Amino acid sequence: MTQVQLAQGTSPLLAVRDVSVVFGGIVALNGVSFDMHKGQILGLIGPNGAGKTTLFNCLSRLYQPSSGDILMEGASILKRPPHRIAEIGIGRTFQNVALFPNLSVMDNVRVGTHARTSSDIISDSLRLAWIRRGESSVNKKVHEILSYLDLEEVAHTTVSGLPFGTQKRVELARALAADPKILLLDEPAGGLNHEEVYILGDLIRKIRDERHMTVLLVEHHMGLVMSIADHVVALNFGKKLAEGTPAQVQADPDVIKAYLGSKDQ
Amino acid sequence: MSAVEDVVTEAPAVEAVPKRAMTLGTGTSVVVLLLLLVVPVFAKNFVIFQLTQLLYLGLAVLALNILTGGSGQFSLGQSAFYGIGAYITAVMMEQFNIPYFLCLPVAGVLCFGVGFLFGQPALRLSGVYLALATFALATAMPQLLKLNFLEKWTGGVQGLVVTKPDAPFGLKMSQDMWLYYFTLVVVLAIYIFSVNLLRSRSGRAFMAIRDNEIAASAMGVNVALYKTLAFGVSAGITGVAGGLSAIAVQFVAPDSFTITLAIQLFLGMVVGGVGWLPGSIIGAAFIIFVPNIAEGISKGLSGAVFGVLLFLVIYLVPHGARQVAILGQQFASRLRKN
Repeated sequence: MTQVQLAQGTSPLLAVRDVSVVFGGIVALNGVSFDMHKGQILGLIGPNGAGKTTLFNCLSRLYQPSSGDILMEGASILKRPPHRIAEIGIGRTFQNVALFPNLSVMDNVRVGTHARTSSDIISDSLRLAWIRRGESSVNKKVHEILSYLDLEEVAHTTVSGLPFGTQKRVELARALAADPKILLLDEPAGGLNHEEVYILGDLIRKIRDERHMTVLLVEHHMGLVMSIADHVVALNFGKKLAEGTPAQVQADPDVIKAYLGSKDQ
Repeated sequence: MSAVEDVVTEAPAVEAVPKRAMTLGTGTSVVVLLLLLVVPVFAKNFVIFQLTQLLYLGLAVLALNILTGGSGQFSLGQSAFYGIGAYITAVMMEQFNIPYFLCLPVAGVLCFGVGFLFGQPALRLSGVYLALATFALATAMPQLLKLNFLEKWTGGVQGLVVTKPDAPFGLKMSQDMWLYYFTLVVVLAIYIFSVNLLRSRSGRAFMAIRDNEIAASAMGVNVALYKTLAFGVSAGITGVAGGLSAIAVQFVAPDSFTITLAIQLFLGMVVGGVGWLPGSIIGAAFIIFVPNIAEGISKGLSGAVFGVLLFLVIYLVPHGARQVAILGQQFASRLRKN
């Protein structure tokens, strides 16, 4: 599958080009490059401190790379402020769930549409006709996503009272509400039990297939990555260690060494 | 920061319909509106004046509620915006003979501008640090109003006397009564606009910022813009409240707009329930009437009695009037079930 996609997709959807990040002398990322193609599920793996989250934060513009570039559909994203990333089709979830705890599930997902809608405070205060039209199309979309992710029952519940697994789904719903082309998932399996991880894997695949998305999966959970990713990039100490199909990466001696330690130690 | 979050999070209205969380139900709204319309007809002028005061202070508390309850930013500087609004209205009315109903929108727009500009440097601050910065603004304002080169308009330390407007269209109504209904219309309109705003895309952006700035930004919310807008909106509404107070009190003086006023408004917000707009008027009632009640209990120790009453409120209903409303609602639904 990967080979087919690579063959047909000449220009990548997202290109990470020689990205380095230095924090006061510590090299967190060192010249990392890889491509993401449309429709791919790309797994980014690596032991703790490998630079996965650093790279993720570069993509969502929380960190500025010291050198290198990140191109979305050929255009650099590095000049965009963090709040202007959603509008070019990059959506994300957070490692430990970053919802708006005092808002209802619906309002959380509504905020997800912010980048795709417009308004101003005067029109909003007066609830002008175009605002009402916009709100009703937002509501339609939110309901569609809630039913897609089986969240309609809790639509009006305040998020802080929901179980962790449900909160993760709400976060996914919020990200989907912006119609992203690329979905960045930061350790989505964290805190889930064995069965939930399975369900999550199916869900990610379903979203990719039915909603035509490209997924970057940063994950600790090897089982999940190896079962759903088309392409895997392994990092260690800020460098790209290996790249290829899950089977190739799993068999790579450097990757095995990074995860299990070498025999000499 | 965490205090606000606690207040909002712990409200037990988990299953409530979201619109109820911010406003009153239709039935309650109609009853409150009828009371506000009818009561003055049977009241003495002084009581009508107090009700007017209740309305415009309620408006100022509401403005703070949009800022703190909505966008999660603290302000102890509301007295400054209130003072600017009051002075703009008084100076325009007395020095330039502009009708009062035109002065209020000007006060609102100018205070919006001041608040928006003040919001820019305040962006770098949050929580208690922001509270301190706004505290500085509140401390500076009375002295700024006394400045010499402004004296020919402001009247300096002496202040400025404002003429109370008569009822228009030959209506047979006392000045106090007219001013009450005028204030009621202004306050109701702003209340409705505020509810609309908080329920809208902009309001959701405010609340998203309050709950999680990084996540809000990842959803495309321009955090800096919406934080300053919240400051602007809050300051603008506070300015209109100040303008109404200038007309009702018929007098503005620099020392009416000290930090004490800002703290009173803050108190009103907490007692009314942070983030619950209808609570604003209850909070205003607390800051107007409870000191009088305290004085009735003990003249010499009114401050201490006020402190004890405040302590009781905070201890018994830490989420303020909002909590009482929710408890009442639950009690009513339990009665219905039985």
